[in-house]
Amino acid sequence: MAKPDLDEKVERIALMRKQLVRVLDTDGNAVGPWAPALSVEDRVRGLADMMLVRSFDARMLRAHRQGKTSFFMQSLGEEAIACAQQRVLQPGDMNFPTYRQPGLLIAAGYPIVTMMHQVLSNELDPLKGRQLPIMYSSKEYGFFSVSGNLATQYPQAVGWAMASALRGDTKIAAAWIGEGATAEADFHAALLFASTYQAPVILNIVNNQWAISTPEDFARGASATFADRGFGYSIPALRVDGNDYLAVYSASAWAAERARSNLGPTLIEWVTLRVGAHSTSDDPSVYRPDNEAADFPLGDPINRLRQHLVTIGEWDDERQKTLQDQCDQRIADDFATADAHGSVKSGHTADPRTMFDDVYAELPRHLREQRDEAVN
Amino acid sequence: MPSMTMIEAIRDAHAVAMEADDRVVVFGQDVGYFGGVFRCTQGLQERFGVGRCFDTPISESGIIGAAIGMAAYGLRPCVEIQFADYVYPGYDQIVSEAARIRHRSAGDYTLPMVVRMPTGGGIFGGQTHSQSPEALFTHVAGLTTVVVSNPYDAKGLLLAAIEDQDPVIFLEPKRVYNGPFDGHHDRPIVPWSKHPLGEVPEGYYTVPLGVARVHRPGDELTVLTYGTLVHVAEAAANETGIDAEIIDLRTLVPLDVDTIIESVRKTGRCIVLHEATLTSGFGAELSATVQERAFHHLEAPIRRVCGWDTPYPHAHEWDYFPGPERVGRAMREVMAG
Repeated sequence: MAKPDLDEKVERIALMRKQLVRVLDTDGNAVGPWAPALSVEDRVRGLADMMLVRSFDARMLRAHRQGKTSFFMQSLGEEAIACAQQRVLQPGDMNFPTYRQPGLLIAAGYPIVTMMHQVLSNELDPLKGRQLPIMYSSKEYGFFSVSGNLATQYPQAVGWAMASALRGDTKIAAAWIGEGATAEADFHAALLFASTYQAPVILNIVNNQWAISTPEDFARGASATFADRGFGYSIPALRVDGNDYLAVYSASAWAAERARSNLGPTLIEWVTLRVGAHSTSDDPSVYRPDNEAADFPLGDPINRLRQHLVTIGEWDDERQKTLQDQCDQRIADDFATADAHGSVKSGHTADPRTMFDDVYAELPRHLREQRDEAVN
Repeated sequence: MPSMTMIEAIRDAHAVAMEADDRVVVFGQDVGYFGGVFRCTQGLQERFGVGRCFDTPISESGIIGAAIGMAAYGLRPCVEIQFADYVYPGYDQIVSEAARIRHRSAGDYTLPMVVRMPTGGGIFGGQTHSQSPEALFTHVAGLTTVVVSNPYDAKGLLLAAIEDQDPVIFLEPKRVYNGPFDGHHDRPIVPWSKHPLGEVPEGYYTVPLGVARVHRPGDELTVLTYGTLVHVAEAAANETGIDAEIIDLRTLVPLDVDTIIESVRKTGRCIVLHEATLTSGFGAELSATVQERAFHHLEAPIRRVCGWDTPYPHAHEWDYFPGPERVGRAMREVMAG
């Protein structure tokens, strides 16, 4: 599919909302105009980032089964989207993520052991046990505090981008939402504000086919795609193979460059599959078809990038095994460190008195009295 | 010292804040070019440009959501919701997001932002232009909730709210925009130019958040109230001849407990007034606070005089409004009790 100029008129690329941007073919070749000029090292880095996310998820799920954390959500099958988009963002840009983009932190080099402290809600949890395990927050790494209330962060991302533009800044925002949450009014408010004020924002819709138990068509209605949502707001909208790391990188780079050049928002629907359960509290066996992941036509993002590296002669089984071992070892080492600081289950949490901090900048009288009552 | 209406004082507070700090941005429905349906932002766009004061689509969740993002970026948004009755589509953004982001990010992200909105009835606005939803905000951890009653405080409190490091809900009873309305709807309107609290200093000053004001000192009865009912209480005190001490709370959360308790200990009697519906209203919080901290000083049960627990009516507005007659009756009953 053609790759339009950054400033192409929205009417001339309107049909991209019905199509699918892809780079990797079934043999692992990078083909077509969207194939990015990415070094081999960066492609290997992408593979390593995704494998690290997957290894992290697997270890945290095991920690949940071991009774060391109260709750966990994995991003199995969706790793390419967050990992690749993070690589086109720059320091100072701001993501407004959902709970299924841990790849944004991991691909940015955030300390994984700190994520683990939070998953365990242990005494080193940077959020002091206030948030669910997977609702991370890091201003330094451009990762806005995850809400857990769906869609609320979409207009916030647009507002952040508007502020950047108002200040003559070149920083951009990336908004994140699952396809199910596009049903919320906040999503539409965000698109309208992005359109009206031409905010420098990437509007990501991760279509992983499932909103807990309901298939994507409940939120989509009679539209053909989620990218269709951009059309009514005259926001350039792409529909992209979200399991194709190179396509994600390329489409993200296009959208980021548009935003950074003051050409306005871009909406991208990433087509992918939530391979795992919604969360550790979910049992998808009662509502999902068997073999869905194996039958999913877009395959697995890690396998596809690995196959690509093999196809271009830059990878083999031995290097794959070495990388896998490195990822697993790093996760094991980090978890051993985090585990040594206890967990919510073992009672090694932040001091309960700290729950009264940060409600306001300064502790008001009523909270001071309540804190005194709580500890006496 | 110039005399200002509350509208002019609020407008002036915006201008002074925008002059002092270029991070202050002002927006909302009809706020920019037109200057707001109550004219509270008139002239700001012309003076500071469309980048500092601008119109928005009719989307409260968009307005408040965008303000949160802007505050997280480092600006100081001060947004207007056209009527408090319209805030509900943006309520989730206030309750689930603005109020909690400092806490849930352990102080990593903070939101210095103000959400202004006109409240209260008395303008034949019916149920969609008359509500007083302060209790829906005071019940939320992390919010500061202000209700203003006069031009002097309105300017100083708005400047303090814009300076504050956290989200402030700023409620403006629209019936006192143009004068100290005392509930006598059938009498001529008294303008702010004839009231000492209509004298508003030029330039920058703040009225601290969390500090109540003794509106009228007295020895016989403490009246805890805010907004329009401050002036209604004053009329009722004058008409009954009861030496009531009227406390204008100004900030509901955090509450100035010391001023309240000091007064009740002195008078031994207390009534609580607000225009909002009675049940689960902020008056219940005030009543409980007095009972917990000054029970042995009370010589009579605390009485609440509030809006009835009905939607705000149109034709029967003055049957609904807790005017000076109802307030005066409660004052007499508490004095007799």
